[in-house]
Amino acid sequence: MSEPFAAGADPWLPQPVRVLRRTQETADTFTLWLDVANGGFSFAPGQFNMLYLFGVGEVPISISGDPNQTHALVHTIRAVGSVTTPMQRLKRGDTVGVRGPYGAGWPVDQAFGKDVIVIAGGLGIAPLRPVVYELVRQRGRFRNVTLLYGARSPADLVYRKEVARWEKKLDGRVHVTVDHAEADWVGPVGVVPALLDKVSIDTAATVAMICGPEVMMRFTARALANRGLPGDRMFVSMERNMKCALRFCGHCQYRESFLCRDGPVLRFDRISSLLDRREL
Amino acid sequence: MENLERLLHEHEFLKGFSEAHVALIVACAKNLRFEAGEFLMREGGDANTFFLLRVGRVALEVHVPGRGTLQMESVGPGDVLGLSWLVPPYRVNLDARAVEPVVALAFDGACLRGKISKDHDLGYELVLRLYEKTVQRLDHVRLQRLDVYQAP
Repeated sequence: MSEPFAAGADPWLPQPVRVLRRTQETADTFTLWLDVANGGFSFAPGQFNMLYLFGVGEVPISISGDPNQTHALVHTIRAVGSVTTPMQRLKRGDTVGVRGPYGAGWPVDQAFGKDVIVIAGGLGIAPLRPVVYELVRQRGRFRNVTLLYGARSPADLVYRKEVARWEKKLDGRVHVTVDHAEADWVGPVGVVPALLDKVSIDTAATVAMICGPEVMMRFTARALANRGLPGDRMFVSMERNMKCALRFCGHCQYRESFLCRDGPVLRFDRISSLLDRREL
Repeated sequence: MENLERLLHEHEFLKGFSEAHVALIVACAKNLRFEAGEFLMREGGDANTFFLLRVGRVALEVHVPGRGTLQMESVGPGDVLGLSWLVPPYRVNLDARAVEPVVALAFDGACLRGKISKDHDLGYELVLRLYEKTVQRLDHVRLQRLDVYQAP
């Protein structure tokens, strides 16, 4: 796992980083490119950073860029809260604070020699994008690689051009669906688990990586289990209210796990009995 | 007819159906093509047909005044289309429009109802499979209704 950048720096202290550019993905979702060309920035797919908007607050955001392009740090963010909403107004040359990377990422090495199904719901595609970059880059080390991606509507799909490019690189094994659409949408309409019908699953040698709203992950994991995939080869990325990201504050505690360090990516069979606990 | 029987055996929905049952229902079946934009069923129409889709995608739509036509769901190869042919008053509840060229096995609903009323083993096999599909779709509709991607 990578260590927080600027080795030796105080882990509580955000490092100031310039905004290279900001692009609007959808009406409420944007991507920030941060300039880390000086020192570089290494991370594992699935890890996150704490981004600090000076004078406003700090939020945990998954890293959504290519792990092999270390000059820019990429985050795709939905403007929904008191920090992320003003973040949407950042422009080239502005400064944000960064602490990270933190957390346990996706187990890419455990998928060597196996089929891989990457399943994203909504902005769950952002923490999975670094995995897809890796799967494409190391394509020969995996058997079939499939991406299933669902969003609320066609207008809510992010990375559309890139997803189209992945379809070619993954031998057409990319399926995109939306929950609702108007008549001009020509793709599938339905929830993400419905896409599993399009995939043949070798239950002895398949790894599934799932990220999206928790309910969507529950339904999807259940559908995979019904197809015979064991829980020790399903991985989910859990989201809780991370504050310190250093395993101190306890805000992200999920029974015995602290999601900032033990997660956010967890093996499904280790938490499946907790997912329907209302108290958690 | 022999070719049609083979198509029935090959369809996902009928996998495992006995030779005898396929031989019974093949008399109710046709292999049909639809062009993109063509309707397989219209809301309010007679539910005369049960489709097993082989090629292409079909959008299930409802027209909402003021909002236009909305796609509620889509079905594709291996899926079934049409449940109302089995249940009185045999009326279609949604529009079903081919969004791309579609090839489907189309069963005459009245013919199928006649077959299963005479052969309850056939009826059990068919309805059990339809029930399985219905439970799966109900599960999907529940998730869809949760609208999990909306902003908190």
